[in-house]
Amino acid sequence: MASGSEEGGTGIQIDEYESLISTTDVELLKRAWRHEKAAPEILQYEGALVQRIREQIQLMVETVEEFAESGIDPLTVSLYEMDLDRTQFLLRSYLRIRLHKIEKYMIHILKTDLWNRLSEQEQKFAKRCTDDLGKHLEQSVLSRLPDGYKSLLKQSTASEEDDMVSEPQLDTFVICKSKRDLGTFQLDDSGGVPVELLAGNLNILRYKSIKPLVESGQIDLV
Amino acid sequence: MAGQSDPHFSLFSAEEVEFMAEDEMIEIVPNMRMDPLNLLCGDFGPFLPQIATQVPLWLAVALKRRGKCTIRPPEWLSVEKLTEALEAERESPRVFQPLPFHYVEISRLLFDHARDDIPDIYMVRSLVEDIRNVRFHKIEINLEEIQGRAHAVKIKNLSAMEVNIVRPFVVRALQAFYKHDSPEMIDQSDTTANRRPQVADHVPRRVVRR
Repeated sequence: MASGSEEGGTGIQIDEYESLISTTDVELLKRAWRHEKAAPEILQYEGALVQRIREQIQLMVETVEEFAESGIDPLTVSLYEMDLDRTQFLLRSYLRIRLHKIEKYMIHILKTDLWNRLSEQEQKFAKRCTDDLGKHLEQSVLSRLPDGYKSLLKQSTASEEDDMVSEPQLDTFVICKSKRDLGTFQLDDSGGVPVELLAGNLNILRYKSIKPLVESGQIDLV
Repeated sequence: MAGQSDPHFSLFSAEEVEFMAEDEMIEIVPNMRMDPLNLLCGDFGPFLPQIATQVPLWLAVALKRRGKCTIRPPEWLSVEKLTEALEAERESPRVFQPLPFHYVEISRLLFDHARDDIPDIYMVRSLVEDIRNVRFHKIEINLEEIQGRAHAVKIKNLSAMEVNIVRPFVVRALQAFYKHDSPEMIDQSDTTANRRPQVADHVPRRVVRR
């Protein structure tokens, strides 16, 4: 019943054959959950993974019901239920973290290509949220402010950019670990010593510097 | 249910770290017979009396609590190994001994639920505590030495719980260093129009849920 996975979702690529075989969907979900928690910006939605997990959960729920009726001993039933609970917790928490990030940065997401990282339902949610927030602020506050200051997006008409829009801070420091030696790395353009990323070492770096590595699955956020 | 830990304190709550630790495999010796379990997270079993088998920690604890098995403590959780580790920790002020990533959580769970399966449990428990203290003290000392505009900090062999406890402080500290040492801060112009909002201010002010 625990299916080995093929390529898990568009965001994570596993390049080793063994890990391909032995990684369960639940482990992939756990990894996605950890990354979503640790990363300051919203990450690519793991549509395929979530879909598969949902189906597995559904199947398991039905199986447990059958078990309970057919009189299989309650210990076994309760163990299956515990496993189910754990997986459901991961799924729910994953979705909630994403919603939390969407709520926090909704205008920014709408404006940039982060929009493409959302699932369909998340996009609908983000759109509705932004509309509601916009209307609310408009009616309660913005319409009563003097003319140069009525915009939702800009502090005043003198601002060149949308500076009322909150953006995720990509240069937050994150703690990460890589599975293999990744050689030395130039961290950012302002010069500075290149950093060597060795297998198993814990590194604390700015998220921006390692973003591509996280996306390709070579580095794990802890 | 799927509670959201407050992201302003620490990314992961202690319970969530324990949740992750509970997936570590451990050996048990069942005292009953049970069919194989085909769970979402893997297949385990079959369970035969007196035949040792490997299961995730949460499963082991669940079975233990219902009196269906005994748990074999992992190799590193013995008076010998821990004494070695403790001495090594005390000897080197900069190096952390390679302990299992989740050693804190695993030992805590086993102390709580499998006391009778661990020989010399009082000794073992006090050794683990000592190790925790020595390591934490080391962390504090090492952190005091971060200065300047550190691009990256490297620590080897820290465990999950230690990482989690230290994370909010380290992240904030490094961020502050970065901000205050940044050459951009020094020649920043004053016009509001050009002002890129400061790093810290881009976060919307929100009522913190309590």
